[in-house]
Amino acid sequence: MASITLKDLVKAYGDTEVLHHVEGEISDGEFIVVVGPSGCGKSTLLRMVAGLETVTSGTICIGDKVVNQLEPADRDIAMVFQNYALYPHMSVRENMAYGLKIRKISKDEIARRVEEAADILELRPYLERKPRQLSGGQRQRVAMGRAIVRNPQVFLFDEPLSNLDAKLRVQMRLEIRKLQQRLGVTSIYVTHDQVEAMTLGDRLMVLNGGYVEQFGTPIELYDRPATTFVAGFIGSPAMNFLPATVSAGMATLGNGARLANAGAANGAVTLGIRPEHLLQDDAGPVRVTVELVEQLGANSLLHGKLEGTDIEMVVSQPGHMSAAAGTVMGFVPANGALHLFHAETGKRIEP
Amino acid sequence: MVENRPVLNVITHLVLIIGIVIVALPIWITFVASTHDAVRMTQAPIPMLPGTHFWENFSQTLLGSGLSGTETAPVWRMLLNSLTMALMIALGKIAISLISAFAIVYFKFPFRMLFFWLIFVTLMLPVEVRILPTFEVVADLGMLNSYWGLSIPLIASATATFMFRQVFLTIPDEMLESARIDGAGPLRFFWDILIPLSRTNIAALFVILFIYGWNQYLWPLLITTDTDMTTIVMSIKQMLEAAEQSPQWNIIMMTALLAMLPPVFVVVAMQKLFVQGLTETDK
Ligand SMILES: Nc1ncnc2c1ncn2[C@@H]1O[C@H](COP(=O)(O)OP(=O)(O)OP(=O)(O)O)[C@@H](O)[C@H]1O
Ligand SMILES: [Mg+2]
Repeated sequence: MASITLKDLVKAYGDTEVLHHVEGEISDGEFIVVVGPSGCGKSTLLRMVAGLETVTSGTICIGDKVVNQLEPADRDIAMVFQNYALYPHMSVRENMAYGLKIRKISKDEIARRVEEAADILELRPYLERKPRQLSGGQRQRVAMGRAIVRNPQVFLFDEPLSNLDAKLRVQMRLEIRKLQQRLGVTSIYVTHDQVEAMTLGDRLMVLNGGYVEQFGTPIELYDRPATTFVAGFIGSPAMNFLPATVSAGMATLGNGARLANAGAANGAVTLGIRPEHLLQDDAGPVRVTVELVEQLGANSLLHGKLEGTDIEMVVSQPGHMSAAAGTVMGFVPANGALHLFHAETGKRIEP
Repeated sequence: MVENRPVLNVITHLVLIIGIVIVALPIWITFVASTHDAVRMTQAPIPMLPGTHFWENFSQTLLGSGLSGTETAPVWRMLLNSLTMALMIALGKIAISLISAFAIVYFKFPFRMLFFWLIFVTLMLPVEVRILPTFEVVADLGMLNSYWGLSIPLIASATATFMFRQVFLTIPDEMLESARIDGAGPLRFFWDILIPLSRTNIAALFVILFIYGWNQYLWPLLITTDTDMTTIVMSIKQMLEAAEQSPQWNIIMMTALLAMLPPVFVVVAMQKLFVQGLTETDK
């Protein structure tokens, strides 16, 4: 078990910097999810912690040891790859035992650990099979098993579930979380799926273009997103963004509508409202021209435009709802549900 | 295409049978010739059915001195020479190519691509082209009339290096990374992972290279003068020209028959791996 510290971490390939001054403190036993769009540098960050990529500048500590120069095998980590990277010519048992064998651990001890891991992951019946004789979910579990038997200080996962079908993904997600809680191993988990990130992580690190946008608990990210990027990335359907000008606590939207409680900001801002925080109110200031209603059963999603403008909006209402295209409906933001962001930098303005 | 028309069936079978007869006839004649005595083989027309002298020819060829009245080595000795040479060439080529492909694919060293292209360019220089300088070198090293001389000049192989490079490139990077995390150094990775994953390709290459080595003619002819080092393929030609005799077809054909057996045996024994190695792509 160990904490991980990332200090001023930079990664550059030649002249292009792909990770910019990443900072992060991960405490012992924490489950961290690194999330962000494709190409933002998630895998690169993870692979630097694993020792598979060199560090351009900055330091990585595992426990209180700087590991920048250590080989992956000496960092006491285990990694689960997206395509599992099982050795195709070895049986499940040999796959799990390989790392231990290299470490010259005694045969009895290896057998004990492999069988223990197999029990945890319900892989007992498959121990003598080759990876190609297993289903995707079983292979995934073998990859997990290979990580567990090592008894490492840190687990690293690089999109381990993205090759599975949706249902299995939900199930494996739960299993990974339970397993991590049970073993209490510090973990870093990379995904581009925000639902996976929200449900798994103790804390989320949101990366965008190589910058850390925000690092906090799922609820912090949802309630107080630090930037428009985080605000748009976390939560589904995504937050509505409306350009507005604020003066004396009143926000004026593009179509002239005025909203109260706009806080301490002044001048041009981007106003953010989550679809689920708009309450129907015929006299409400936010008026939406309906284009389409999606009935999801438990709730309804109303797609439309802010009246008189071209700004796309989504509103989520509980229960059933129907509205003909072209009708205009009024909404009022729930209390404290307005997020204000600087119009140019996209940074959050605290109310 | 799945068709089920009797006439078509008959025709396709007919074509196939004709093809087989054309290919198999020389082999049949070889076999028949090896079962008659020398006298019968000099009379026209040559026999088309087996005679009764098979075992007699067999033991005279394999264990006796082969052609009567000459001083060639017994055929078992030539078979042994050929086998040693073919095995050394095949195994040597595989070992060298595996190692060089490993270096080229997995290590970053200065002039890596230059080395690769140098190896690649040697594809254009088969033994026959460089035969005189090679002979000179082998002679200077005192390797004439030795197994080393027979095999070493033929061992370097661009084809096999290139093939293993392609095989290694199909192995996902994660395999290497996962081995690194498991603590395997380069040599362990090579032994425990690359070699087993290239198993079928190695087998396929072994078959091809064994036959290549077995069929070498010009090179052994050049560098062996000692009759004890004669290989079977060159001996067949020599038997035809054996001094002041009409060719003893029964013995020559028996020798030819024996010369065919080891390659056939290798192909049959490794057939399954061979086909897998040439067709399988999934790693
Ligand atoms: N070897 C390399 N040389 C140059 N640039 C690279 C190299 N590897 C990655 N990059 C760049 O670094 C950036 C981050 O890549 P990375 O693989 O970390 O993305 P990612 O966040 O994992 O994306 P995905 O979700 O698609 O896996 C990308 O823009 C990529 O083009
Ligand atoms: Mg990635």
